Parts: sequence; structure tokens; C-alpha cells
Amino acid sequence: MTSLTPDVAKPATATPAGRPLTGGWFGGLAALLMLAGVSLFVGVADLSPLDFLSGNATDRQWLNLLASRIPRTVAVLLAGASLALSGLLMQLLVRNRFVEPGTVGTSESAGVGILIAIMVFPSAPLVVKMLIAIVTALIGTALFLRLVRSLPPRAPVVAVPLVGIMLAGVIAAGTTFVAYRFNLMQSIGIWMQGDFSGVLRGRYELLWLLAIMGVLLWIFADRFTLASLGEDHARALGLSYKATLNLGLALVAASSAITLVVVGGIGFVGLVVPNLITLWRGDNLRRNIGWTALAGAGFVLVCDLLSRTLNAPYEIPVGTVSGVLGGVVFLALLLTGRMRTQ
Amino acid sequence: MTAPTIAPPATRPRLTPNKRLAIGLGICLLAAGVFMFVNLSGNLGFVLELRGRKLAAMVLVGWATGVATVAFQTVTNNRLLTPSIMGLDALYIFIQSVLVLVLGVALVGKVGTYPMFFLNVGLMLLAASALTTVLFGKRSRSVYVVVLAGLVLGAVLRSLSSLIARVLDPSSFMVLQDNLFASFTAVNPELIWLCAVIVALASWYLYSMRSTLDVLTLGKDAAVSLGVPYQRTLRRVLLVATLLVCVSTALVGPITFLGLIVAAIAYEISGTGRHAATLPMAGLLGVAVLVGGQAILEQLLGQATVLAVVIEFVGGIAFIWLVIRKASS
Repeated sequence: MTSLTPDVAKPATATPAGRPLTGGWFGGLAALLMLAGVSLFVGVADLSPLDFLSGNATDRQWLNLLASRIPRTVAVLLAGASLALSGLLMQLLVRNRFVEPGTVGTSESAGVGILIAIMVFPSAPLVVKMLIAIVTALIGTALFLRLVRSLPPRAPVVAVPLVGIMLAGVIAAGTTFVAYRFNLMQSIGIWMQGDFSGVLRGRYELLWLLAIMGVLLWIFADRFTLASLGEDHARALGLSYKATLNLGLALVAASSAITLVVVGGIGFVGLVVPNLITLWRGDNLRRNIGWTALAGAGFVLVCDLLSRTLNAPYEIPVGTVSGVLGGVVFLALLLTGRMRTQ
Repeated sequence: MTAPTIAPPATRPRLTPNKRLAIGLGICLLAAGVFMFVNLSGNLGFVLELRGRKLAAMVLVGWATGVATVAFQTVTNNRLLTPSIMGLDALYIFIQSVLVLVLGVALVGKVGTYPMFFLNVGLMLLAASALTTVLFGKRSRSVYVVVLAGLVLGAVLRSLSSLIARVLDPSSFMVLQDNLFASFTAVNPELIWLCAVIVALASWYLYSMRSTLDVLTLGKDAAVSLGVPYQRTLRRVLLVATLLVCVSTALVGPITFLGLIVAAIAYEISGTGRHAATLPMAGLLGVAVLVGGQAILEQLLGQATVLAVVIEFVGGIAFIWLVIRKASS
């Protein structure tokens, strides 16, 4: 469990520690916005930027752009950034590089909430379903932490994600069992499958809550970094450890529940993106927030573009694409020894 | 290691391993009887034939999974890893999907079940030996890293298979899925005889290696110094285990945790660590869990489809318990 030794004390580059937004970051942002621009004009309906600039676009094309393409691209960016940030925060708080909401049961617990909502309040608005999902996601995360605490302190780092993946599997199996009995397999399958094709104006606005989560993460970044030093050090430095830990995990659970309710599960983003950024830039939450959010949004955007183009005019769910891309990157990191496992 | 329930108090006579095996066999027969003969109604000949075919498939799969897992865990010296957890089930289905994608739906339909199975198994053996080289090659990896890599690999392969399924023409893929991809409710009857021969030969081969496997439980270094050709044994057992995974995935589809559960129980209740006892015990337990579980769910509760889900639920909990226990020791 001592894998995480943040080198907050010594800045790795000439940039003073704590400056998240550098010139390079704005360059990255520009690249991301260009990619987002491409995303606006990729899809089944024929939209061309020239038509819109020259004023030749029909009402139909305007409707398509405003009601479908722009909401979809915004949803991708918000969800991607939030997934990556949730992964980063969870890795700091659990002090383990191998965890993310998808590998510890948080997402699957949110799925339990959705199942309960479908069964008990089938006609409730999306917000109510989301709130129930947030509550169950919190319970699931707490259960995971309880299990991790029963591992001895000297247990290998990789034992933590193993317990988490299995907990996620057990919760998913329980959900499947109940869904089978009540003939809800198809509905729950649609909820859990990450897919942006259903994102339209009026159906994704809850995702803006993720931006608020991001701002909260920014504000409390230093506290979370302190908490990642471990309970004893954090307390000695004057941090109210329990409160910080609970706040962080609540942020993670709420973000993953919101993402799951609106777009569904998208695996490996929270695992791969923060680790790549940390390998590149060292371990400092505040310095990495901006880059992690940017890279997460970029990664999911690339996955979504692939999911729209690989089998055009049909779509492949983005969760499947990210499962392949992210999984391969993670395997490479794991097997080449880039991620320390001792 | 041994839990208090296993070592009975000195006053009670200990059961010999053979008697324990006999009890296991009795439970299997009882489960098979319940599965075959409870709730009989309608056209008896038809019902018995249908149930008999399913029973044969489940017996083969349960036995093959148990035996393969114990041998696999001994040679890899790792009680958390099983062929399924390493991702071999998912690999089989992935290869099947790739074959359909490359050869085309029409051709696969024309070639027939047997040649497709052999082609699939051949490719599977190649891919599995490559995978083995990566995971158990020169660089020595920790038990946990290999397990994690296997789990992630399985997830990636499943995503890839569903990606291929999406790229294929949906309607013909549905037809194909019915013919090629087995599940508990849609056992593939054509392959049963072929699979029975494969399972019999593989079990006999593993049983003939039982003394070597016993020595390997001492650990790699001790076994090598006692004259066990380690690399060769490892490679052969892994190939046999791969073959058995092919059989079980072809017959009833992937069941990730069956091997883990039955092997863990087999070590506890065999009364000895010798493979002469643990191998058949795990096989019998596999049969008992599948047939008994299906008998209870299908004949008594009317829930035919969920056995794989129940095994996943129980298996996941067993796995967490094994990880925590191993880390604490």
C-alpha cells in the first residue's frame, strides 16, 4: 500500500508546483477544441462547415447541429474529463494507482440504484433516478473501502484492484440476477452500456453537474493531495482527514452515478488517462488536474469518433471502443512494468 | 491453511481420500437423478433425450473444468488464477468471432461444425501458447499481476468480440450466434461425442502426470532440483488446460468462476494434497455444482437461465475471500 509516494516536495520541472494551466496546456486545449470541431461534422446526416459559414444551411441542418451534434460533443467532453478526474481522485484517496470507479464497484453500485429506480419508481424523472444511483454508488464505494481495510497494510498493491474488480463482478451478477427475474435485462443493459447516440438537446443537461464537480475538485485539490499522504501524515499537517476523504469519495460516487445515468458505463478512462499523465508529469494533483481533464475528454472524444465511423452508418457503443483501446493501453502499462506493482 | 472444519476432532475417524471421492460421486449421481427425473411430464422420450443431452454436456464441462483448473493451478503455483480467469474463455469466443468475420457467414455455414471446431481449437492452442510465453516467460511476475493482466485481457477480448459482432451484418450474425455460441440453455449437441473423447484423453494424460504434479506443489525450485523438467511440464499442462477450455466453451459457453470455486473446495475436502485425489475430486465437484445447480434452478425453481450468474456471484465472493486470506498469510 506504500506505492504512492507523491513527490510534492520537489517540483519535477522548472514550472513552479501548483500551476495547473501552462502554455502547453492551452496548446492542448486548442487541439482538443479542433477535434471537437471535427466531431460536430462527423455522422450520418450530411453536415458541412462550409454550408453553415456561407449561410446555405437548411433549417433541417441547423436543427441537426444544434439539437444533436453540439449536445453530443459537449456531453463527450464533459463525461470524458469527469471520468478521468474521478479516476485520479480515487487513486489519490485510496493510495493505489490501480483503482477507478469502474474497477471498484462504484459504477456497478450506481447500476443497482438504476435497477431499483426502474423497478420501484418506473415513471420517476431522470433526476430522481440519478439521486438513487448516487446513494447506491456511495454505499458501494464504502463497501469497497471496508473490504480494502481488511487487507493487511503490507498486502501487494495489485491485491486492491483485484478485490475491487471482483466486488464489481459480484454486484453486477446480483443486478443481472434480479433483472432476469423481473424481465428487465434489456432495460438495464441499455442503461449500463456506454453510448452517446441517445444524447440530444434536453436529454444531457444533467451532465453540466459534472463541471461543478470539477470545480469542487479544483478548490479542494491541495487537501486531497495532503490526504493522499496517508492518515497519520495528513493529520499531523492539520487536515481533517475523515472529512476530506468523505468529501472526495462523495465527489467520485456522484460523478460516476451522473455519467452512468446519462450516458452509461465507459471503462478504463479513469485508469489509463491519470496514469499516463502521472508517468509523464509526476505526481501532483493540482498540476495534473488540467491535463488529466483535457486528456480524458480527448480520449473519450477519439473513442466516440471511432464508434461513429468504424461501422458507419451504424454506431458501435463507445463503451466497447474504450474497453478495447483503454484495456490495451492498460495491459501494456502493466506488463512492461511501467506501473510499479511493488 | 486447513480451516477448523476440515480437520475433524480426533475422536471422529478421518475419512480416507477414496471414501471422500466415493461420497462426491454419490452426490453427482444424486444431482443427475434429480436433474433427469424430477418434474417429468409430457412426451417422456423427448424430455429424457433433451435432458440427457444437457446432462452429458454439463458432466463433460464440469469435469473438464475441475481437472484442468487443479493441474493449471499446480503448474503455475497460483491458486487465484484459473484458465478462465486468465481470459482463455474470452479468447475462444474472440477467435470464433474473428473466424466468422474473416471467412464470412456463408462459408462458415457451409464448412460445418467439426472443421470449424478444429480450426478454432488449433488457433486457440497457438494463441494460448503465445499468451503463456508473455505471462509466464522470462520476466517473473507476481501472482497478482498475472491475475490482474488476465482479467483485463478477458475484458478486452470480450469488448473486441462484441465490436466484431457489431461490424457483422446483424441478421446473419444472429443466425450464427444461435449455431455457434453455446450457453446453458442452448447446449451444442453436435460436438458432445468429440468432446467426450477429448476430455477422456486429457484427463487420462493429466492423471498419468499426477506424481510430477505432486512434486511441483513443493515449488518450482524444489521440483527442478528433484528432476522435474519444469518448462516442459508447464507447457504441456497449459496446452491440455487450453484444450479443455475449448471443449467447455464450445459446449456451454464461458463460465468464469466455476474452476476457481471447485478447485478451492477440492483442496479443502480431499483430505490430502495428492493429485490422485484432488484431480478427480475437483472434477466431481465441477459436475456436482453444474448438474446440482441446474437441477435446483431449472427443475425446482423454474429459473433455467441464471446458473452462470449464480456461479459468478458465488465465485466473486470466493475470490475476494481467497485474495484477502492469501494477502494476510
